[in-house]
Amino acid sequence: MARSSPARTGWLLSTPALILLFIGALGPLAIVVVYAFLEPGEYSGVVWNFSTEAWFRVFFERDIFDDTVSMADAHLTIFWRSVKLSLLTTFITFVIGFPTAWFIATRPPTQRAIWLFLITIPFWTNLLIRTFAIMEVVRNQGLLNSFLMWTGVIGRPLQILYTDTAVLIGMAYVYLPLMVLPLFAAIDRFDFKLIEAGYDLYASRTKVLRRVILPIVRPGIVAGSILVFVPSLGAYVTPRILGGGKNMMIGNFIELQFGQGRNWPLGAALSLILLLIVLVALIAYVRVTSNDGGRDGQT
Amino acid sequence: MKNLMTSAIALMALTGAAAAEGELNIYNWGNYTNPDLIKKFEEENDVKVTITDYDSNTTALAKIEAGGHGFDIVVPTHSYVQIYVGKDLLMKPGIPEMENYGNISEVWKNVDWDPGREYTVPWQWGTTGVAVNKSAYSGDVNTSAIWLDTPDELKGKVNVVPEMQDVMNLAVMYMGGEPCTTDKAKLKEVRDKLVEAKADWMSMDYGMTEKLGNGDVMASVNWNGSTFRARLNNPDVTYGYPKEGYIVWMDNVAILKDAQNVENAKKFVNFIMDPENAAMISAFARYANGIDGSDDFMPEDMKGAPEIVVPEELKAAGKFTSSCPKEAQDLYTAIWTDLQK
Repeated sequence: MARSSPARTGWLLSTPALILLFIGALGPLAIVVVYAFLEPGEYSGVVWNFSTEAWFRVFFERDIFDDTVSMADAHLTIFWRSVKLSLLTTFITFVIGFPTAWFIATRPPTQRAIWLFLITIPFWTNLLIRTFAIMEVVRNQGLLNSFLMWTGVIGRPLQILYTDTAVLIGMAYVYLPLMVLPLFAAIDRFDFKLIEAGYDLYASRTKVLRRVILPIVRPGIVAGSILVFVPSLGAYVTPRILGGGKNMMIGNFIELQFGQGRNWPLGAALSLILLLIVLVALIAYVRVTSNDGGRDGQT
Repeated sequence: MKNLMTSAIALMALTGAAAAEGELNIYNWGNYTNPDLIKKFEEENDVKVTITDYDSNTTALAKIEAGGHGFDIVVPTHSYVQIYVGKDLLMKPGIPEMENYGNISEVWKNVDWDPGREYTVPWQWGTTGVAVNKSAYSGDVNTSAIWLDTPDELKGKVNVVPEMQDVMNLAVMYMGGEPCTTDKAKLKEVRDKLVEAKADWMSMDYGMTEKLGNGDVMASVNWNGSTFRARLNNPDVTYGYPKEGYIVWMDNVAILKDAQNVENAKKFVNFIMDPENAAMISAFARYANGIDGSDDFMPEDMKGAPEIVVPEELKAAGKFTSSCPKEAQDLYTAIWTDLQK
């Protein structure tokens, strides 16, 4: 008792958390890593033989018709579509989320809680139901098209459902709160006197926004972007329902390997690649924010 | 909050189970089990039945193989029965000795995937063909050209269910090949045909019962029973049996080797071979069931329905496909990925 050092007590007290971390995160991850180096079973599952075939197939494909080896063009296309749609989603949520967060942060403190509360309301409903709701909005005989036709803006329904636009609308809607909340946290701590100071020094409105506001709330922007980008990249339900399944994103592609494709090792390898992309994004995040830590940290 | 709700539900489930004599856990395809049938079984046997859904044979197999699932009964498609048997996952519950065994139609008694019906009994059988809304297209529907050489009227309004093996086999047969082919020259034609045809498709999605019914989709690769249900909402929806080849399948009820409620599971297997009960299965999902005498108990609109009764001249085009071997599977997946990239 007397000899137990604070460090040891610290470790001891964090044991439950460490066990949870191991069982909940590292353990399953280890299984994925192991599976990625095995051979696929005849009907789903794996055979316990070491093989790097899955990794080979992530990047290269043997042409099924003439056996020549080339870059896996289909895989690259699918990865690129996912990254592109996720970046666009991040951008859209930022453009909508920033004014929203600014609006909330500039309300009197008593009202802020209500606005924040309203932002969290979508979380009360299951993702699947929210996605189907969006489908009702964008389908040919849906709300949006009916409204536009009623106002006479368009003569016949726009085909939005089953396009990348529908996927973007769906993802932006679903992930918007994840952008607004960190932005709000950053703007909330912002000292609005700095804006006055900027004007006093003859800065224009855009200059104040660019040189004063954005740099200070940058950690919030980066945090929000990461929170939106990461789940967008792995999105599965939204592209499947709103995209009509004609074009896959990474999430659907991985599901194909574990399901109908019956190639678990390839699915596992693809999951790890996805993890790697996310990791790179997170490292970039840490670098960007730590450069700024001194300026922002203590306010 | 979520935990609280889960516990509350678990508690309700527990108390529910305590009230009944026993339990039975059925693992079946979604939207496929008639609730009235289950209610009748529960009342007759004082058993609490729990149904869990799956959406593909692979999902079901993976979950069952992993163990710890707690299911007593599973309903694999014929092409998966031998895989289950090979992995030693099914029980031989003595089906031929059961009271209602004699009701199985002669054609379904001695089947390739389960000779002598040692492991399974028929649940429902059906076909995978095409569904077309007649208001959009009035030409011949008994052809896969509907989605592989889409007529102008249907361009941009066609759906293809993302059921890889069925869709690939339909396309292979359309191009004159055999299901699960590994003939690369043939597969190259198939790939080119699919890629070309895809430009005319609207989507690759499930849920056609609703979408064909409400007119969101004008044509689709689809199952006969689902098309039947769509037609009940929309009389313009018709079912076609592609003359180039279509797929015939049967889903079969089996008891798992590690079932916890074996006696109840056996009762259920016997129960569904009763013509009146088999008719209830069909009345809900709108597929034929393979039990003699069930016609007498079918709803009026099932009798002679064009989705159920295969026209004589198209019978030969129907193919019972097996689950493709790994080599064909890999080729199929590669083409499928290429198609959806």
